[in-house]
Amino acid sequence: MTVAEHSGLRTFKADLHLHTCLSPCGDWEMSPRDLILRCREAGLELIAVCDHNSAENAAAAMRAGQRTGLAVLPGMEVCTREEVHILALFEELDQALAMQAFVYAGLPGENQPEVFGYQVVANEDNEVVSENPRLLIGATQHSLEQVVHRTHALGGLSISAHVDRPANGIINQLGFIPPDLALDGVEVSYRVPLAQARQRFPMIGARACITSSDAHFLKEIGRAATTFRMAAASLREVGRALRAEQGRGVLS
Amino acid sequence: MNVREMRERFGLQAATGDKGLEREIRGGYCGDLLSEIMANAPQGCVWLTVQGHQNIVAVAVLREMAAVVLTGGRAPDEETVRKADQEGIPILIAAHSAYELAGRLHAAGVGNPDAA
Repeated sequence: MTVAEHSGLRTFKADLHLHTCLSPCGDWEMSPRDLILRCREAGLELIAVCDHNSAENAAAAMRAGQRTGLAVLPGMEVCTREEVHILALFEELDQALAMQAFVYAGLPGENQPEVFGYQVVANEDNEVVSENPRLLIGATQHSLEQVVHRTHALGGLSISAHVDRPANGIINQLGFIPPDLALDGVEVSYRVPLAQARQRFPMIGARACITSSDAHFLKEIGRAATTFRMAAASLREVGRALRAEQGRGVLS
Repeated sequence: MNVREMRERFGLQAATGDKGLEREIRGGYCGDLLSEIMANAPQGCVWLTVQGHQNIVAVAVLREMAAVVLTGGRAPDEETVRKADQEGIPILIAAHSAYELAGRLHAAGVGNPDAA
């Protein structure tokens, strides 16, 4: 028995950035139920649902996850007023819905489905519940610092999304990662192997780094994932792994 | 034209203190993607942007700019103002759009020797 096994730690394959059919650029095939089934097939053990500026499909995904034994964290991909994308990840649905209320309070505009795409709220049985009328593709009026601060105040983790990307990645948008920004980690897209991330993007520095699929279509699920060593598939454990506490960590 | 003259001539509002107002403006640049500004903005320019995040101060210092103007009446973040005062980078607020103010600056000879 290794030390890690002895201490109750093991590896978990996680994808902490997935969209559903609620995201205007996400396809209807990404219903909460079918998304979960595909994630199971891909061997994932922990996922987070992060639609643009909304968590309205998180509950259905969590229920679908419970049915199949896949741990699902509620989250969202918030667009700050600097047009930087930040993942806000939570343990419990009510935390994510409180974050959503904060985001909605600073999110102007109405969606035009024929231009930006449909924003479908669905239940865990693949039934359409409603269409979200907000301009989810837009930017909030909250600053990066305000979004990170609110995420933490609600008990969540704040991860700067796809920092390698020209569109809405923090490095391209702001030139560099503000040194005093209290991020819990950064994410690189599937285009960058995690092992090369720090070398290719030195601005990541010593921050914890993960990779995710950022899937908007079923076929994109599994194109990237992060292996954590931790004690359980929970937000608390992800936080401890990002901080490399007591044998936990990001492996690959 | 120096920063103070620009402020008075175009009715810009000062967001920061008196430091750097005598600096000569040697050109202009517009944009909101800070990585692009870091790579391309000319030394001594006035930079027109809607980005009010504190990172604009570091970018302005790096490129040795004369001043930053936030267009469309946008206000800088509090931390941005604090850092700008520390670094002596004047930040001004214009009610005009970047397009409109850039046109007026150019017509007034900023970065445009033909107009003088």
